[in-house]
Amino acid sequence: MSGFQHSTYTPKTGFGRWFDQRMPLPRLVYDSFVAYPVPRNLNYAYTFGGILSMMLVIQILTGIVLAMHYAANSGLAFDSVEHIMRDVNFGWLLRYVHSNGASFFFIAVYVHIFRGLYYGSYKAPRELLWILGCIIYLLMMATAFMGYVLPWGQMSFWGATVITGFFSAIPLVGDWIQQLLIGGFAVGDPTLNRFFSLHYLLPFMIAGVVVLHVWALHVAGQTNPTGVDVKTKGDTVPFSPHATVKDGFAMVVFLLVFAYVIFYIPDYLGHADNYVEANPLKTPSEIVPEWYFLPFYAMLRAITFNVGPINSKLGGVLVMFGSIVLLFLVPWLDTSKVRSAVYRPWYKLFFWIFLVDVVMLGWLGSKPPQGIYPTLALIGAIFYYAFFLVIMPILGLIETPRKLPNSITESVLEKKGGGGGVPARAAAAPETRS
Amino acid sequence: MSAEAIEPNRRDFLYIATGMAGVVGAASVAWPFIDQMQPDASTLALASVEVDVSSVTPGMSLIVKWRGKPVVVRNRTPKEMKEAEEVKLSELKDPIARNDNLPSDAPATDANRTVKGQEAWLVMVQVCTHLGCIPLGQEGEFGGWFCPCHGSQYDTAGRIRKGPAPENMAIPKYKFTSKTSVTIG
Repeated sequence: MSGFQHSTYTPKTGFGRWFDQRMPLPRLVYDSFVAYPVPRNLNYAYTFGGILSMMLVIQILTGIVLAMHYAANSGLAFDSVEHIMRDVNFGWLLRYVHSNGASFFFIAVYVHIFRGLYYGSYKAPRELLWILGCIIYLLMMATAFMGYVLPWGQMSFWGATVITGFFSAIPLVGDWIQQLLIGGFAVGDPTLNRFFSLHYLLPFMIAGVVVLHVWALHVAGQTNPTGVDVKTKGDTVPFSPHATVKDGFAMVVFLLVFAYVIFYIPDYLGHADNYVEANPLKTPSEIVPEWYFLPFYAMLRAITFNVGPINSKLGGVLVMFGSIVLLFLVPWLDTSKVRSAVYRPWYKLFFWIFLVDVVMLGWLGSKPPQGIYPTLALIGAIFYYAFFLVIMPILGLIETPRKLPNSITESVLEKKGGGGGVPARAAAAPETRS
Repeated sequence: MSAEAIEPNRRDFLYIATGMAGVVGAASVAWPFIDQMQPDASTLALASVEVDVSSVTPGMSLIVKWRGKPVVVRNRTPKEMKEAEEVKLSELKDPIARNDNLPSDAPATDANRTVKGQEAWLVMVQVCTHLGCIPLGQEGEFGGWFCPCHGSQYDTAGRIRKGPAPENMAIPKYKFTSKTSVTIG
């Protein structure tokens, strides 16, 4: 890609030249989002990066406005949310956009992550890009969790109790850390106040890491469904209009679904118990986190037995956090030289089983922890770990990949049936775009 | 030339002195930022709670709030006590009494889960030792407590028997000041 990195920006006006010599910001924007070359075979799975940026902006905008009407005090918080819903002009809309926006943010990030796993987007030279993405995902989870506490309903309170309880599993210093997090012996007013402060801060940290993520992306360039590197200029198209329009179309479709949920089923993804004000003396009959945490929650609950010196509580917490740590290690766990699952028949099979496994864990996380469910969750957790720690490293060594195309252009033309008579060389001719 | 470079000069001294002052300064400024997160004076100023239990007949319980947490005061029935007494220590997941009124290594016999002379009364922080939910009383396979969050089951002495919780529920410091009055904390 580096061959195409030279700037092609030429300011057209006198003011443009004057500005460019003093601070080349328009040049940066032009080179990053107009002339920037993207592989010509990107499919709609690649549009979720843009959708995620849009969701971050939506969440920050609605969040800033909601904070103007919200009171971060355990005596007032629940009522202030109802005040937003009933009294504030369009408060109901802003709040539903914000609360469902979190869910849609996670829908998009899961598509984005699974797309990366399918097309091997984490492989050299994109390891840092992948790790930055994992950091964004962690920040998103922290932000979402703290945001869910703010309405001060029953699920807010007990979710906060359970999740801060994870830290009390750490030997020796666990209780101290938990008290440091919640500022007391139980979740209360100090907890709500600091969560509000951090919930306001973290999205801006996410925005910062997103800048790094996009920077790293623009150094290495996008992957593409074939996993073959860009070799000639003919393998790419300029970001504008091709990617801008494709991303824009995907955003519109995504927003249509988002709007349907906001206007017709705004509480579908939430939990009814969160419309009951927090009560420290009564736990709801079942505590479930928001849907996007359910697979991890299932793994936490799957460990009901002690393993040597590790008790069941610490074991569950380790298995849960470990499942996310594994994501950071993926670039080195996958030993295959072939990026894309399209050319890896066995990896493709296990990828889909893995996807089903995660969905199954999510379903189990929503079920009560009795009967057959913990056992199934344990099986699911074992497969989750085996996928990363056994299948990924071994498959790369023993699997025979299918034949890769020589170039992106060749694979595109093959798909079109015989190529239409344009040899790769011709497509690689110098661009004559004005 | 090289000997000259090794010889420390004024600039080296300033380098190190500035660096050290920076490290010490950063650390001393960091501590207030961390320490402010800890439970504050108003949270720590926990008065002990006095509870009137004259109305609690066998088979009844009372829940009071202490340190922001529910404490159950249960007058156990003879059947419940008998069930708890018959459990062998080897069957327990956590063989330690977790009773603040006793040494920290006391075994988790039924008597050790109470105070001497008031064995029928179980006074216990009703918070699951797994992740802090409030278990439901007189539920579950052992007739004690059942935690709806992650399925931990406790017996009639509040000892963990099954599920992910690692420890028996905690017994706070408490004292019967009279036949009908308990002071917790």
